[in-house]
Amino acid sequence: MDNNLIVREVANLFLPIIVLFGLYVQFHGDFGPGGGFQAGVIIAVGVILYALVHGLTKTRQLIPLRVIRVLMAVGLLLYAGTGIATLLLGGEFLNYNVLGSDPLTGQHVGILLIELGVGITVAAVMVMIFYAFAGRGRE
Amino acid sequence: MEHLPVLQVVIPLVLAPFCFVMARHTWLVALAGSVLSLVCSVLLLIQLLAVGTVDYFVGGWPPPWGIELRIDLLGGFVLLLVSLIAALVVTWAHDTVESEIRDDQINLFWCMFLLCLTGSFGIVVTGDVFNVFVFLEITSLSTYTMIALGRDRRALMASFRYLVMGTVGATFILIAVGLLYMMTGTLNMADLAVRLPAIQDTTTVRAAFAFFTVGVSLKIALFPLHQWLPNAYTYAPSAVTVFLAATSTKVSLYVLLRFFFTVFGADYVFGDLHVDYVLLPLSIVAIFVASIIAVYQEDLKRILAYSSVAQIGYMTLGISLANAQGLTAAIVHMFNHGLIKGGLFLAVGGLCLRIGSTRLSDLRGAGRTMPWTMGAIVIGGCALIGVPLTAGFVSKWYLVIAALEKDMWYVAVAIFTASIIAAAYVWRVIEHLYFQQGYAEASTLRSEVPLYMLLPTWLLIAMLIWLGIDTDLTVGIAERAAQSLVAP
Repeated sequence: MDNNLIVREVANLFLPIIVLFGLYVQFHGDFGPGGGFQAGVIIAVGVILYALVHGLTKTRQLIPLRVIRVLMAVGLLLYAGTGIATLLLGGEFLNYNVLGSDPLTGQHVGILLIELGVGITVAAVMVMIFYAFAGRGRE
Repeated sequence: MEHLPVLQVVIPLVLAPFCFVMARHTWLVALAGSVLSLVCSVLLLIQLLAVGTVDYFVGGWPPPWGIELRIDLLGGFVLLLVSLIAALVVTWAHDTVESEIRDDQINLFWCMFLLCLTGSFGIVVTGDVFNVFVFLEITSLSTYTMIALGRDRRALMASFRYLVMGTVGATFILIAVGLLYMMTGTLNMADLAVRLPAIQDTTTVRAAFAFFTVGVSLKIALFPLHQWLPNAYTYAPSAVTVFLAATSTKVSLYVLLRFFFTVFGADYVFGDLHVDYVLLPLSIVAIFVASIIAVYQEDLKRILAYSSVAQIGYMTLGISLANAQGLTAAIVHMFNHGLIKGGLFLAVGGLCLRIGSTRLSDLRGAGRTMPWTMGAIVIGGCALIGVPLTAGFVSKWYLVIAALEKDMWYVAVAIFTASIIAAAYVWRVIEHLYFQQGYAEASTLRSEVPLYMLLPTWLLIAMLIWLGIDTDLTVGIAERAAQSLVAP
């Protein structure tokens, strides 16, 4: 649909807004509705919209499969790593209290890191699933 | 030390993504993961033998608000079985995985293996019913993937069937958890056990119990819900077959025990609802039907798969007797059968690697070219029948005692008769391997498997004999675990 002027321009206009909204949902998760899972899906939707308009080949040049695979692992490692960090700092697994100078900041830092991990993995997995289905029969 | 319960789950979980991104040497990562898990579970079991139960509050939140990890002796015993088998399978599997799985999928295979391990450990350590469902799904999803990685195209169909059946089972368990949560407002097992007696005579709780029992029976492959098992075991890659046969149904059986005795309570399950009226006949039918089907199979893996269905019947038989002896027998048999099937499938995997087939007609005469592998199959087969001085005898002995204690002499007769049928299918294998001429001995290529594959196999086989003579470890732990289940 690269040659369809209206679709292309509207998609290009929406893309940054979608990603920005995704980031808002991601980082506002600990104050209101939202969180890593929803944010990950929203950001992945942005990538999928880009792929629908500009084609799979171009998208895969922009975000190669290799990067997606690494991101899938990084998100999980960020989550588990936070847990291990709390273990090393003397708390129980995922006891965020020990991450900051006082429990309140600790809880903030902890939930932010965890949700970031969730967001990264969810977005990467969504894009990966899209690549797998859309790319079926090409290679 | 106090973090052991969570480390048991976290170690394989953290190593799995490394396997996912690494291109080579993923076998080493899996080896590290499984050996560290084994160390963890041995340390845990030592701790459990001293103190009985270990609690761990994830995130520092006390139950019933937070998620509690709670391991008792039964859990520690199952953890030991799973991690022991995992460590041996990974040590053994380097060559078979390379020969059976596409090069670009080997890292994914080990990633899935570690996730499967994570799920199995998680099911056992957690004290939260929703967590059980989540970990069960982690185990199941990774298992479906691993089965589908088999070279044989029928592996895809086997995996798909297991996926459909397994998902039905998992959904039933989720429905049960949902109903329980609706009635009690809690997901913590200990808290559920306190709150359930007051409302246990409601239709909702009975429905939850029914959904749970059917769902978990699918996972256990209890007759007649075993249809997924034979094909899954037969067409999966050898390493997966070993791990599945030795651990996955045992972990599901652990879930059954945990819910029956800890969450619902034995009085409710056996006193009010009389589940034993259903479970006992089904177990006996499972033992006979599956054993007889096994006699007529033409593929060694299928024979052992049907034999697994029969052996699961022995375990549920022990549970349905609902006394401490029966439970002891079930728990001992759970462990022993894990080792027996583990050892047997390790040997069969060796055959698969060297001969490229597990059909009995292709294995004729292999007893002369691969004496050590075949020796393992013979001793493992004896343990499967329940020949004295092997581990299989010990568990059947306790089962017979438990049945006689309840004056159920017909159960004891059934056990003896079924052992004779088991002897028939084991003998058929031995006859093909030793007493028939065939091309297995014609080729020079078909030699014994390497030492590092023989060692894990024979370690398990040696354990079968050791545990058949010295029963302190298995029966000792199982008795204490059974006592704590019956009288918490």
